[in-house]
Amino acid sequence: MIGTALAGALAGLPAFAQEEPIKVGILHSLSGTMAISETTLKDVMLMLIEEQNAKGGVLGRPLEAVVVDPASDWPRFAELARELIDGQEVDVVFGCWTSVSRKSVLPVFEELNSILFYPVQYEGQESQRNVFYTGAAPNQQAIPAVDYLMDEEGVERWVLAGTDYVYPRTTNQILEAYLKAKGVAAEDIMINYTPFGHSDWQTIVSDIAAFGSTGKKTAVVSTINGDANVPFYKELGNQGISAEDIPVVAFSVGEEELAGLDTAPLVGHLAAWNYFMSVDTPENDEFITAWHEFIGSEDRVTNDPMEAHYIGFNMWVEAVEAAGTTDPDAVIDAMVGVAVPNLTGGISSMGANHHITKPVLVGEIRDDGQFDVVWETSGLVLGDEWSDHLPESADMIADWRAPLACGNFNVATGQCGGVTN
Amino acid sequence: MRRLLPLLTLLCLAFGPLPALSQSLEALIRQLPEGSFSDRAEVVAAIAATLDERAVGVLEALGEGDLHQRKADGAILKVTGRGSKARAFDPLTGEELGPVPARSTTAIKVNNALRRAVRSGIATLTLMHRDPTRRLAAANAAFQSADPDQLEALGAALAAEQDASVAEAIAQAQAAALLASDADPALRVEAIETVRARGGRDALAVLTPLRASEVPLIAEAAAAAVAEIERSQAMWARAQNVWFGLSLGSVLLLAAVGLGITFGVMGVINMAHGELIMLGAYTTFVTQELIRGHAPGLFDWSLAIAAPLAFLVAGGIGVAMERGIVRHLYGRPLETLLATWGVSLILQQTVRSVFGPTNREVGNPSWMSGAFQLGEMTVTLNRLTIILFALVVFAGLLVLLRRTPFGLRMRAVTQNRPMAAEMGIRTGWIDAMTFGLGAGVAGLAGVALSQIDNVSPNLGQSYIIDSFLVVVFGGAGNLWGTFAAAFSLGIVNKFLEPVAGAVLAKILVLVFIILFIQKRPRGLFPQRGRAVEA
Repeated sequence: MIGTALAGALAGLPAFAQEEPIKVGILHSLSGTMAISETTLKDVMLMLIEEQNAKGGVLGRPLEAVVVDPASDWPRFAELARELIDGQEVDVVFGCWTSVSRKSVLPVFEELNSILFYPVQYEGQESQRNVFYTGAAPNQQAIPAVDYLMDEEGVERWVLAGTDYVYPRTTNQILEAYLKAKGVAAEDIMINYTPFGHSDWQTIVSDIAAFGSTGKKTAVVSTINGDANVPFYKELGNQGISAEDIPVVAFSVGEEELAGLDTAPLVGHLAAWNYFMSVDTPENDEFITAWHEFIGSEDRVTNDPMEAHYIGFNMWVEAVEAAGTTDPDAVIDAMVGVAVPNLTGGISSMGANHHITKPVLVGEIRDDGQFDVVWETSGLVLGDEWSDHLPESADMIADWRAPLACGNFNVATGQCGGVTN
Repeated sequence: MRRLLPLLTLLCLAFGPLPALSQSLEALIRQLPEGSFSDRAEVVAAIAATLDERAVGVLEALGEGDLHQRKADGAILKVTGRGSKARAFDPLTGEELGPVPARSTTAIKVNNALRRAVRSGIATLTLMHRDPTRRLAAANAAFQSADPDQLEALGAALAAEQDASVAEAIAQAQAAALLASDADPALRVEAIETVRARGGRDALAVLTPLRASEVPLIAEAAAAAVAEIERSQAMWARAQNVWFGLSLGSVLLLAAVGLGITFGVMGVINMAHGELIMLGAYTTFVTQELIRGHAPGLFDWSLAIAAPLAFLVAGGIGVAMERGIVRHLYGRPLETLLATWGVSLILQQTVRSVFGPTNREVGNPSWMSGAFQLGEMTVTLNRLTIILFALVVFAGLLVLLRRTPFGLRMRAVTQNRPMAAEMGIRTGWIDAMTFGLGAGVAGLAGVALSQIDNVSPNLGQSYIIDSFLVVVFGGAGNLWGTFAAAFSLGIVNKFLEPVAGAVLAKILVLVFIILFIQKRPRGLFPQRGRAVEA
């Protein structure tokens, strides 16, 4: 389809001249539908690598970024992952956005025994030895957001609206089980799926308004993905549904998505993330300043998956320094337990299940496209790979430390390999 | 909590000032930034309880997030504009206090709960406002909050009200508040009747919980009223579906009508049609940016200014495509398809390189924002405008094709090229102009779509398939076929969607079209005559 842009950039300093560089693969779509979200992640990786090289690289060797463009084409992700690991011999890959792209590269990373850092919030129900999940699992985003609406806003009726693919379907399945366990009746839950890029929201918004007119406080939990959000919010505004009446809490809408939107009708709608650009900490100030300097524009925003790469990259650097080598097996073993500062003032650490600890923040959209944090968890929450709210995964855990070293250990049967998905 | 606040208000009115409430408006405003959201909601209620007219502006500014606290001395300011354009005003008098240095103030945070308190406070303050539209808005807000503690204020307002329609709204708000109280059941049954007469979703929200009332009389009356409102809602729902269908149809028509010319009339499979729509949307974006920067007063006219520009930009690129590529490929549909697809990728990536991959913000002019009620139906103004725009564009095209010398030549060339050339028509020039016309109309569609969809390099991709479907279904070469196909597909889709869900509805429509094309390969309104066989 679109030719692959295979670009290698050696950003080394003269001091490294004799040392062989460590190659870092970046596997994010730079064209096609996902370019809107993924291009920024490529840029932030280049920035982090440049900063690390300025600090003297890793193990005294410079880092070299190898950027490829899978062009939002899922099979292409697998091909390019193979090219990066086999052809370019990279030592680690940072990449993927959609769950389907991650699923398509998993077998490659397993077969060639390399390391992938995946920075986006996802549906969970997975833990793989070669993958480190630095985005949120459902218990780090969806469940706390629902708790907030239930406790603080007194919501009794729920609309679960999502795009029709694996992340919304699994998340909504977990949420539905969770809400029912909390005593919400089946008739108080409405589930709605729409195709990718859905642009005509009139019927659905009108259905939501009708669903919300029974006198019980109603909220929408949105797993609507990507571009479809813009017309959805526009239609909400046009039909006069304000956040005071029916708030929408979204898991895929961040600063980057709001940047292309007239935010006036969205004020007060919510998003749950582990990071907001508006968080006021010295680490975040420094990160934003560095980002603006690197990208050459004061208007560019930062967002949650960027923070996930920031954390993931620093963890990888720590682990490589600790292992003293870039050998995948040694680095994978060294990763568990590594702790680095995140941008919200805490220390995130890597769990034995290859998920990290993060704070959960609920923010309300402001009219300048940023978020006001209105609620946050008291401490950091570890990502729960196998949801406790679904019967098929309630007994499952992942622990990649020896001697267990299993991504789907069933504590009820005492056996590894109880996966049914 | 929400119950308690107006109660405090009422206590204050009835028994003289409470300590916390005895403070002046100025002192209360100073407390706005302090404490938790619920503490501050109480301060908002206290501000409303002063019944001071100046408080309305303060609460409005708070609700908009425009209230700031000056870091130096803690003074509360109303700040409008951002960055270097930020200016401070006195929140009480509205007097301008000059520019605000960057980072010298912090915005006072508001959340939804606080915004609801602000809304209810503004309603209390404006029930007796001079302006009847403000009083009506206040009455409607009071209806929504249905708070028994507002009964007294509503009674007083009703007694003083002169305007019949406002009085009715206040009476309905009073009935809703009464229903939330434990007044005499007979009174409440009467109130149910008042609320039922109002109808609509707000009334349902008030009445539905009452079906579970412990008083059998009320439960029965409420159940009957809810059933009746739901009946009328179901009837209106059908009208609403037709409206949604027309609106979707108008979008399809706009997207497809340009293709109806390039593909339908000329027979060129133009895969870059979607990207021409996208260029129209980006032209709107650039126009708006220029207007924002140089003549903000013209913003409401931005679409009217962007439309001809978008037509010229997309049309110009269309002419260039025809002259540069398409004309060498006439009669070779596969190569045309591949070449125009290549052009579409080039256009997409060019826009991505120039404007970036992220969405660009295109604003709605004020006259296109919002909605009005037609019976129980919500008619959004932007959709209404788009329907009208689609009809105007379509009518314009018809006139151009049927009533002008250019249209005559165009039809002559497409029907019998050698004969037209014999008659002295410059067929090459006509081809270029026709293709440019189709492309230009796609640009116009982009202006309209920028109002409802997101303006990104991918915009065109989501419309290209739908456009081809509409043209093929309607019958290539017949603009009326495109018209009928767009609206019938729109309406069928919208009637299927509530039943089958958006995903299945789309699939069903596709299957239907495939079957239909099997039966009638030339579409709804096949072109007749020699041109077909040629």
